[in-house]
Amino acid sequence: MQVTSVVRDPLVTGGKTVGDVSHDISRQVEGKPTRMWWMAMAVSFVFFAYGFYCVCTLLWHGVGVWGLNKTVGWAWDITNFVWWVGIGHAGTLISAILLLFRQRWRMSINRAAEAMTIFAVICAATFPLMHMGRLWLGFYWALPLPNAFGSLWANFNSPLLWDVFAISTYFTVSLVFWYIGLIPDFATIRDRAVVQGNKIRAEVYNALSFGWQGGAKTWMRYESVALILAGLSTPLVLSVHTIVSMDFATSVIPGWHTTIFPPYFVAGAIFSGFAMVLTLLLITRVVFKLEDYITIYHIELMNIIIIVTGSVVGVAYITELFISWYSGVEYEGYAFYNRVQGPYAWAYWSMMTCNVISPQLFWIKKIRTSIAATFILSIIVNIGMWFERFVIIVTSLHRDYIPSSWTMFHPTMYDIGEYLFTFGLFFCAFLLFAKFFPVINMAEVKSIIKVGSEKTTDDTHH
Amino acid sequence: MEESKKVYWKGIEQLANNPEFVKHAHEEFAQPGPEEDLGHSRRDFLKMMGFGVSAVALAACEAPVRKAIPYVNKPVEIDPSIANYYASTYTNGGDYCSIVVKTREGRPIKIDGNALSAVTKGGTSAQVEASLLSLYDNSRLTGPRGAAAEGKKREKLSWEDLDKQVGAKLSEIAGKGGQIRIVSNTILSPSTRAAIEKFKAKYPTTQVVQYDQSSAYGILKANEASFGKAFIPSYDFSKASVIVSVAADFLGSWISPIEFTKQYAITRDVSEEKREMSRHYQFESILSITGANADYRTQIKPSEEGAALVALYNLIASKAGKPTVSGGDDKIKNVAKAADDLWAARGKALVVAGSNDKSIQIIVNGINDLLSSYGTTIDVNLPVNYRQGDDAAMAAFVSEAEGGKIDGVIFYNCNPVYDHPEGEKLGAALKGIALTVSTGYKEEETGALVQYLAPDHHFLEAWNDAEPKLNHYSLGQPAITPIFKTRAAQETLLLWSGEANADYFEFVQSNWKTWFYKGTPDFQSFWDKALYDGILEVPTVSAAVVPTFAGDVNAAASTIASTPKSAGFELVIYESGNVGNGSQANNPLLQELPDPITKAVWDHYVTVSPKDAKDINFAESNTKYFTVTVEGKKPVKVPVLVQPGQTPGTIGIPVGYGRTKAGKVADGIGQNVYPLLATVNGSLSYTLNNVKFEKTNEDYQIAQTQTHNTYMGRETVVQETTLEKFQDKHWDRSFHPTVSTWADPKHKVAPGEVSIWKGHEYKDHHWGMAIDLNTCIGCGACVVACNVENNVSLVGREEVINRREMHWLRIDRYYSSDAKIDDWKGIEEAAENPEVVFQPMLCQHCNNAPCETVCPVAATTHSTEGLNQMTYNRCIGTRYCANNCPYKVRRFNWFKYHDNKQFETVNPAMNTDLGKMVLNPDVTVRSRGVMEKCSFCVQRIQSGKLTAKKERRPMQEDEVVTACQASCSTGAIVFGDINNPESKISKLLKIRPADPERPHRIDKITDNPRAYQVLEEIGVKPNIWYLTKVRNKDAAKA
Repeated sequence: MQVTSVVRDPLVTGGKTVGDVSHDISRQVEGKPTRMWWMAMAVSFVFFAYGFYCVCTLLWHGVGVWGLNKTVGWAWDITNFVWWVGIGHAGTLISAILLLFRQRWRMSINRAAEAMTIFAVICAATFPLMHMGRLWLGFYWALPLPNAFGSLWANFNSPLLWDVFAISTYFTVSLVFWYIGLIPDFATIRDRAVVQGNKIRAEVYNALSFGWQGGAKTWMRYESVALILAGLSTPLVLSVHTIVSMDFATSVIPGWHTTIFPPYFVAGAIFSGFAMVLTLLLITRVVFKLEDYITIYHIELMNIIIIVTGSVVGVAYITELFISWYSGVEYEGYAFYNRVQGPYAWAYWSMMTCNVISPQLFWIKKIRTSIAATFILSIIVNIGMWFERFVIIVTSLHRDYIPSSWTMFHPTMYDIGEYLFTFGLFFCAFLLFAKFFPVINMAEVKSIIKVGSEKTTDDTHH
Repeated sequence: MEESKKVYWKGIEQLANNPEFVKHAHEEFAQPGPEEDLGHSRRDFLKMMGFGVSAVALAACEAPVRKAIPYVNKPVEIDPSIANYYASTYTNGGDYCSIVVKTREGRPIKIDGNALSAVTKGGTSAQVEASLLSLYDNSRLTGPRGAAAEGKKREKLSWEDLDKQVGAKLSEIAGKGGQIRIVSNTILSPSTRAAIEKFKAKYPTTQVVQYDQSSAYGILKANEASFGKAFIPSYDFSKASVIVSVAADFLGSWISPIEFTKQYAITRDVSEEKREMSRHYQFESILSITGANADYRTQIKPSEEGAALVALYNLIASKAGKPTVSGGDDKIKNVAKAADDLWAARGKALVVAGSNDKSIQIIVNGINDLLSSYGTTIDVNLPVNYRQGDDAAMAAFVSEAEGGKIDGVIFYNCNPVYDHPEGEKLGAALKGIALTVSTGYKEEETGALVQYLAPDHHFLEAWNDAEPKLNHYSLGQPAITPIFKTRAAQETLLLWSGEANADYFEFVQSNWKTWFYKGTPDFQSFWDKALYDGILEVPTVSAAVVPTFAGDVNAAASTIASTPKSAGFELVIYESGNVGNGSQANNPLLQELPDPITKAVWDHYVTVSPKDAKDINFAESNTKYFTVTVEGKKPVKVPVLVQPGQTPGTIGIPVGYGRTKAGKVADGIGQNVYPLLATVNGSLSYTLNNVKFEKTNEDYQIAQTQTHNTYMGRETVVQETTLEKFQDKHWDRSFHPTVSTWADPKHKVAPGEVSIWKGHEYKDHHWGMAIDLNTCIGCGACVVACNVENNVSLVGREEVINRREMHWLRIDRYYSSDAKIDDWKGIEEAAENPEVVFQPMLCQHCNNAPCETVCPVAATTHSTEGLNQMTYNRCIGTRYCANNCPYKVRRFNWFKYHDNKQFETVNPAMNTDLGKMVLNPDVTVRSRGVMEKCSFCVQRIQSGKLTAKKERRPMQEDEVVTACQASCSTGAIVFGDINNPESKISKLLKIRPADPERPHRIDKITDNPRAYQVLEEIGVKPNIWYLTKVRNKDAAKA
């Protein structure tokens, strides 16, 4: 008697064929935008336009339009920066690390996650630019460019400079990785356009696909490149937020000056990144009717990662508190006392609730597999992660060593406006992506659906 | 086809076909067009247009051309870029300071104290430092003005016309024997008094009426009763080992604060060699800067001032075996202790009182007499001329004016309509006076109501002299040609007196020749020396005889005893530490100078004790308006400021606000409280009883530069001890942070010893600074001096509320707290009667500067002489350095503060043509988006180095003086080269290299036991040391 192993639950449901995959996903690109898409685009654009006005005001009048002061030199700007960079972490993690670990379930989500990464990094990058007093010089003076100013050179001791390298490297590699993944799918759309007789689309997507022909040799090279880029990206996932955390860790400010920051920041970044991916995909799968590709199974796996990283972050928070007491350093002690009990305690407790307590709900399978609960919790996690950065930056600065300088930070409409600007930018970009680019990696998904005579339906089990 | 015979023609010319037409027929235009007429073709037009467009385009690319006009003939004494210094004299009513004015290319840009003066001894004050900007006040009068017709602007007059018109009116008044008055604040200038005498000679009905905003009439009257002569004696705090002050703010506003501050600092200076200091008791209602420096401060109500002094008198009298008087309240805390200390220190004791009440001052005189202060700490043979105002004469003048008995009045550089309690009545009465003239250099409230404005020069444009003290003379010389068509007021008076030669310079010179010149050497040398020195001090033959005290203390005590007690709140009206009496209120340097105690700027407020303000949550300066009602006076509505140290049941309001005609800067800020002053026994009373104090529902936010008041028990920020402890030869400061090393956790070392930095080596100079917390009184003169020297932007009320003031140097003021050191919540609250410490805080020029490592573009770097430098041109404004600064001394240009309409009012020095004249050309005006901070006056260091180089010599020790150091009357700030063992700072700190083999390393050891560095344990190795504050109080209280 032949022993057969239990067949794994399929990653793609609904008995899709290879043709179905091409059709389901290319349909979005080929068809007219839906009403939903237009409405979402309109809202995003309003945010973008209002935010753009705020950005222009900022650039025209100066950083003073924000609520910053002599004591709190960074607040929403760098909070938003770190928050967006954190969000940008999930994409590469999903495509690179999970690729190396051969986690095939990632295939239907990696494209959108990578796109999210790229847009999030763009949003993040706007803040370091906007927060500069003299952007018109700063945007290139921070780069070690050869110049005619004699020995004038960037300061390699400064973590801000490391940031410039870390973020730009991360952005470049992510963009290349994402684009290379898109090439075969662009070719698919081109081929369909040729059949459909849409010449313009055929030309455009042909150009985008660099004339991809799909030969076996090409596929082999394609997969090698993907593997190499995954290998390159993997350390970046860890390095970017490590370096961002060094902006704080290398300083002398109590509450910043903490060696735990690198792993704590990386865990936090993955935590918020996964939450953001979930938020976006839960919307996308409904809007674009991709429920068969992005299944409850995906959602559950991602929720498990959220429990893990959320708990890591929670342990980090508690470690910080412990060390601030255990170190016996008066300023450290006060910095954390002030977080917990001071005028910004509400921000600290919001952070604790959103980041440490709420993800623990995912231990319950019912919540973990509920789409509504996941959606709500994913948003809560991102609120919590925003507060985490706000707490680290503002509550550490507003009461540091010299009590005479202690003060509060009050955001202005421009602080809020610039944050909305990045939301507008992000969603406009994401919606354009979702309309014109295949949101799921067709080529890869095709490799995980069962083909041939064997219909992937439940009745094939004997 | 049939040929047509018809002829068509284009015009009569063609039809006529005359030769002229034929000649031009082939041309495009039969008649020459206008362009040919002018000799231009279309080609020319295109060329011109092309040139024009490109010229305009090119011009648009270029920066606007700023014209620098060179001297046609260079004045001998002026070398461009080299500063000239002129000794001169600051007088503002009865306030005096001998000064040195720094000018660049003919513009005064800085005022320093004149060390040659025996009176002010090189001291200055915030008022004096800031008076420079008043020279460039945009609301100054630009020339004489006549009366304004109904609803129209004042008529501009020429001086000739003004003289004619006023002269005619004066003769008319003289003709009918009308009364003329010259109203003024205290006149310190003997030549001005002589000029007035000339005027009086011509118009004998003239009388001079002097009044002062802060009157000392009570003292004058008390001395008249005690010694037979109305005068104010010279006080010498430096000789006093016990000082008792009852509500006298002698470091802030009482009589001659610059002088007293100098003297006081001598008694507060301690060292290993001199472990002695004065003990200072203060009894007061508001927390004054003087009270903040006291060793024992007792909260009393104004109505208890008399009782406290009578009690003190009785206690001392019984010790002296003299009869006591009735009354007094010896239950007032610390009175008995003060009496013991005073008696023990008799001959070296001094009692002063701020009250303007004759009776109280007689008691004070009585006490000082018992203590043998006369002849020791008080010199009655050396009377001073400040505050000679006569309250009774002024009151009489106002009623005469109201009664229509005055025909002509000249206001000599004073503003009684604003700053006299009867100002409103006086203002109304001016309409009925035939001739009213004001000589103020600005129009102001009084000027607005007079017929003629005959503007005087600003004191920096004018010749003048002064006699602050008997036999101490001072010359004022102009440091700039008059900017506007103003004329010396004395010249005006001399002209109106019919003097043939009315030139005031010649008048002063001839007076000095007559009065002081002794015949040798030649007069020119005598004059040149006086002018160079700025002062002339004739040795006083001090009469050893001390006049006998003849005051009637019994009568005084019974007057005090009969003073009614207050039912409601008691109100103290005082001068704040920034705008003072309000005469310079339009000076933004003063408006943005934080009051030493409240740290409020640009705002008027009423101070109230925390006990009386229980229902106000004074968080982040958010507060409510209160109405303050004094019986029979218009209520005043001002926001409340909760002030620890204020006596419960009392409130305090500073004068100097509520200006209406001072100029854009001051107008509309707060309320004028001069009208609230009462007259008690003929003299003005600055304290009022039965005051109603009611909360309104209107919110307000006061602009304060410091909102957290305690130092949270952080010993590494502020260190203090008591004299008793310090007198122990083995005393060591209480806090020595140490760290364990990995090699041996038991072995603890100083944090500076552990570093992964290689450290610097300063081969040449190593600049450092020492700040003595014991002698710093917190006045803020250094803050203004720094602002002026370094072109620091003023940002205005709104931006201060946003916590963005730009001061490079600030004075942190901390209150003590009653809470336990580990009660972090409780320790945020100041004690009810807190001890106060002032800590000047500026860039610490760390050797391991945390700001330097984090700048991505290396805009802030370390010099080879230990300076932490800011390169504005390189800064991109990430603010990372400011965040990482543990001392929070870096300041960011949030906006463009120069050439920006938005900041024109608050920062005229960078936004108006007149104001820009004050800028120091050696210091860059910073642009938007860059960071700035204290540079240790690097321009002064550079100038010192260049001078030494030019003279081919090494720099002398202490050749460079920073602006803050120069302005510090108490000498609390010492700057210098700590590589040079001969420098003042090296000697003060007893500094020596940690490794004698390598003396130029940054690591230095200070052997002065009081020296410590703020936040030593974070290992940034600052170049500023602070000297522990020592309080002369019993250990029990410590």
